[in-house]
Amino acid sequence: MAEVIKVPTMAEYMAEGKKPEILFWVGCMGSFDDRAKKVTKAFVKLLHEAKVDFAVLGTEESCNGDPAKRAGNEFLFQMQAATNIEVLNGYEIKKVVTACPHCFNTLKNEYPALGGNYEVMHHTTFLKSLLEEGRLKVEGGKFKGKRITFHDPCYLGRANNVYEAPRDLLRKLEVELVEMRKCKSNGFCCGAGGGQMFKEPEPGNKEVNIERTEQAMEVKPDIIAAGCPFCNTMMTDGVKGKNQEGTIEVMDVAEMIANAHDL
Amino acid sequence: MQIIAQIAFLIVLVAGIAFFTRNIRRVIRNVKLGRKVDRSDNPGERFAKMARVALGQSKMVKKPFAGFLHIIVYLGFIIINIEVLEIIIDGVFGTHRILSFLGFGYNFLIGSFEILALMVLLGVTIFWLRRNVSNIYRFLGNELKGWPKNDANYILYFEMVLMILFLTMNAADYQLQLNGADHYAQNAGIAGSFPISQYLLPWFEGFSNATLIIIERTTWWLHIVGILIFLNYLYYSKHLHILLAFPNVYLSKLTPQGKFDNLEAVTNEVKLMMDPDADPYAMPAEGAEDEAPEKFGASDVVDLNQVQLLNAYTCTECGRCTAECPANQTGKKLSPRKVMMDTRDRLEEVGNIINEKGSFEDDGKQLLDNYILREELWACTTCNACVEACPIGIDPLSIILDMRRYLVMEQSAAPLDLANAMTNIENNGAPWPYNQMDRLNWANEN
Ligand code: SF4
Ligand code: SF4
Repeated sequence: MAEVIKVPTMAEYMAEGKKPEILFWVGCMGSFDDRAKKVTKAFVKLLHEAKVDFAVLGTEESCNGDPAKRAGNEFLFQMQAATNIEVLNGYEIKKVVTACPHCFNTLKNEYPALGGNYEVMHHTTFLKSLLEEGRLKVEGGKFKGKRITFHDPCYLGRANNVYEAPRDLLRKLEVELVEMRKCKSNGFCCGAGGGQMFKEPEPGNKEVNIERTEQAMEVKPDIIAAGCPFCNTMMTDGVKGKNQEGTIEVMDVAEMIANAHDL
Repeated sequence: MQIIAQIAFLIVLVAGIAFFTRNIRRVIRNVKLGRKVDRSDNPGERFAKMARVALGQSKMVKKPFAGFLHIIVYLGFIIINIEVLEIIIDGVFGTHRILSFLGFGYNFLIGSFEILALMVLLGVTIFWLRRNVSNIYRFLGNELKGWPKNDANYILYFEMVLMILFLTMNAADYQLQLNGADHYAQNAGIAGSFPISQYLLPWFEGFSNATLIIIERTTWWLHIVGILIFLNYLYYSKHLHILLAFPNVYLSKLTPQGKFDNLEAVTNEVKLMMDPDADPYAMPAEGAEDEAPEKFGASDVVDLNQVQLLNAYTCTECGRCTAECPANQTGKKLSPRKVMMDTRDRLEEVGNIINEKGSFEDDGKQLLDNYILREELWACTTCNACVEACPIGIDPLSIILDMRRYLVMEQSAAPLDLANAMTNIENNGAPWPYNQMDRLNWANEN
């Protein structure tokens, strides 16, 4: 990871009078969380590799409001939405790609009624379209034959019925894809959604992420593939909690592809 | 004698239907206590979903064994109700097997009713064993102790008894026909076909026609009275779902599960706050001053919308939602089934106050705290597993969200860490205390 890829902002594009093909919506996790930042960078490398003309909002981006909304703070959510929509509409954004299912869901489903209409895509769906257009090549590399299980993020899967794009990408990596007992529409939450990421869990007898990690461990994977920075963190913690860091890795699908390319 | 029986039958029938109508009107009135919600869009898609999910039970078979048994009991229920049509005509007019002129078709019907009756009998027996003997997680929940458990069993007993009555009635009838008894014997030979009840005949050996008639009449009466009682029991039971599943699925949400509604009242206020030209001292629009200030979110059933209240009456307490709930699976207090049961119980309580006093009077209780605890509400991850699992389109999550809205917007009562995260979002545009200006730092880090 020697060279730092230039990440253009919308403001820079605007100054040059140009418009990018997509806006990459990074999200709070992707911007600030150390683990998620790696996914962000991996995705940027893939965009670069596929010669996608993209830009980010950078400091003009703000929390999409998902945790506030799902915690019940509709005011804060709509304030965030209004601010973001003003910025997005100001740049006449048409297409948004994000690696966070929470940003994806909110921008796609909840912003339109507030005046924000964009074509919103999860990064796995976008990567798949790049693949289909022949702009990106995905092949096995170091993951060939590895046992991988994909953990469906609630806000990608059940919430928006995206189940196949991440799996298709994984299959292209020539991995051995194994499904957990609870997968796809019956998937089990990582425990972070609805604002849980930011608070102590209520008393119980186990943490949700531990339960989910145990479900993943049942299929004995080499890697738990994730498609959400929240799931990624929760599963990474779960694997640590189970003292499995040596045997099981948690990786975002984009990271795996970038890795297979040795980017 | 015959005419007295006919009159008695009419009275029982009318009383049964009148009581049922009263109960249904109560359900409708109570549901209407909720806020209006527009679900008049996409009727075609809604009908298709209703046909698939309610009529076709497409989600029931996600658990194949229970789903299969349920479909049998459900078919038995529907088809045997066709038999009730004949019973009613015979009862009112003093006729016997009035539909038997259908000939082969009639024999086929009665024959298939009998086979179904036997299958229903088997089905409910297995249901009973599942509920009472085996250790199925979703039947062990705390919220199922007491009445809900009894309710489920009563209905199973009820169905067993009804089926046994039906078969006994047919057997006695068949024997009477064979004996050529008056009123029972038909010109065209035997009316009906009795593939199951024929095996009961040995029990009647040596019975006189008079005894057989008593058996036939008694089981006939018990059967129809039983059905009327069943009909009226529905209102007090989770079995209301056999009626409400249809409108409930029709009115369920069609948009992606992840899409939560945007509160319109908030949108208006946010617009005002964001609009630099808005005059904060402007007079409210004409008529606006009469409106009660909007309450954000829900603390009691009347704050919920009508679909949510219908959901509560429709819930079958099957617990499929709870069995999938990650919070519940990890021992937290939250159970989406309990949320639905609490909502119904509270709605009934409010309804009873209205029945007694004519209108609602504050009883010092509400759905929040008296029924649903904050600890339950805050355990939800909004994962939608409960919504996905529900075989009849119920959305427990929407109630949880509305109650959180009340807690946060009316009471500022979010858990501390969450409140901090929200303050951070407000101040820094991220849930953590980072500076918004550092948002692009990752691009220059190695
Ligand atoms: S949405 Fe909430 S109540 Fe429903 S299953 Fe998920 S955590 Fe449980
Ligand atoms: S909400 Fe649906 S899944 Fe849950 S108990 Fe009621 S009927 Fe069953």
